[in-house]
Amino acid sequence: MKLPRWFHLLGSSPYVYRLAGRLSPWLGAVGCGLIAVGVFWGLVIAPPDYLQGDASRIIYIHPQTAYVGMQAYVVLAIAAAIGFIWRLKLAHAVAVSAAPIGASFTLCALVTGSIWGAPTWGTFWEWTDPRIMFELLLLFLFLGYMALRAAFEDRDKADRVSAILGVVGVVNVPIIHYSVLWWNTLHQGPTIMKFDEPSMTTDMLIPFLLTMFGFMVFFYWLLLKRLRAEIVDREQGTRWLRELVTEGSQ
Amino acid sequence: MNSFLIVLKRDLKLAFRRWSELANPLLFFMIVTALFPLALSPTADELRTIGTGILWIAALLSSLLSLDSLFRADADDGSLEQLILSPAPLGIVVLAKVTAHWIASGVPLVGLVPVVALSFYLPVDALTVLVAALVLATPTISILVALGAALTVSLKSGGSVIGLLILPLCSPLLIFGTRATDLAVHGEATAGPLYLLASLAVLAVSLGPVAIGAALKVGME
Repeated sequence: MKLPRWFHLLGSSPYVYRLAGRLSPWLGAVGCGLIAVGVFWGLVIAPPDYLQGDASRIIYIHPQTAYVGMQAYVVLAIAAAIGFIWRLKLAHAVAVSAAPIGASFTLCALVTGSIWGAPTWGTFWEWTDPRIMFELLLLFLFLGYMALRAAFEDRDKADRVSAILGVVGVVNVPIIHYSVLWWNTLHQGPTIMKFDEPSMTTDMLIPFLLTMFGFMVFFYWLLLKRLRAEIVDREQGTRWLRELVTEGSQ
Repeated sequence: MNSFLIVLKRDLKLAFRRWSELANPLLFFMIVTALFPLALSPTADELRTIGTGILWIAALLSSLLSLDSLFRADADDGSLEQLILSPAPLGIVVLAKVTAHWIASGVPLVGLVPVVALSFYLPVDALTVLVAALVLATPTISILVALGAALTVSLKSGGSVIGLLILPLCSPLLIFGTRATDLAVHGEATAGPLYLLASLAVLAVSLGPVAIGAALKVGME
């Protein structure tokens, strides 16, 4: 099978560095713009929830961070698998970059969830709630991945060993998710991903989806930024990087 | 199959020659379970309600203690390298090593837990379910522990990282295991969580050795 040229180019650090540099302002603008519009719409225009009042407006932030956190783990695992199978260093760089971002988003989901829980459930933290526990375990998976990497001095070995952990982790994520769902819960049921009508009015659905896509684009923006930093870190002392730096300083 | 038996025999012989390493996790299990009543000073009723959780967590933690013996000695004296280089499929070799580890550390634990469970006033009827759940859960625990040991085999001191890697992955076992035991304590049907434990064991035993083998290969490079 003959692979197209762009596929081979994705294995080249200078090319990906420049491509990421060219793409990231666009992603940043689109992501931040979508979030800004969505948040404004959600906080000012959308009606308050009939049951929870204005406290429910955190729905334009909280589920998004949780989705993006999970998405980050999938991105990490796919990139790690590609890097492990085809020995693509850049794929490993993507996986490494995704881990701290995913951990941060998962932490954000836990924090915003507690803030939401305080007025509506009457508690910041509920140990028996499945989704809190799932997010917490997901955070531990991210931290475990990062801790394993940090334990290795040789980067190549760290890449390949942590890739195995990432793939095993992503097989376990659905298992953990469903095992944790065994408890009965305070958490409200799914609002969007239902097969019948979504239980949200259009006024609330639009800003919800805007911030959802906004946060996803925002995630990829951060990913590209970290990826560029990671590439610079990995390619220290190479010619193209030295040329790039001297060009930039002129 | 032949290579499986050879490695299994060798590892079992080595394991039963090092008595102290076998006994340490069991002693650790008993001490941890003894600490809970000391710290909580519960009544018999309270002890019965928290007992299943304590037993399962202590079993999980004590199985972490035995992981250093899995690959460390073999990696240090070079025999692990030979096993990787040998014509026998690495997955089979790994499966044999994990089976030996399970027989040497998992099975004694399964024997010990019901005794401690009785001291927590768990009803005698629930003990069969507890043992069945442990028999189904310990192979998965052994596979996960072996994975942690394999991922950190080239590190001088992997111990502190391994718990961080393995314990989140063990959470489904803890949930289904305690669920089955709790249902048995209350005299209800326990088939559901037991089937789930069995399916996790099948998943772990069939796919785990491949991942462990890959991790060992990377680690020994």
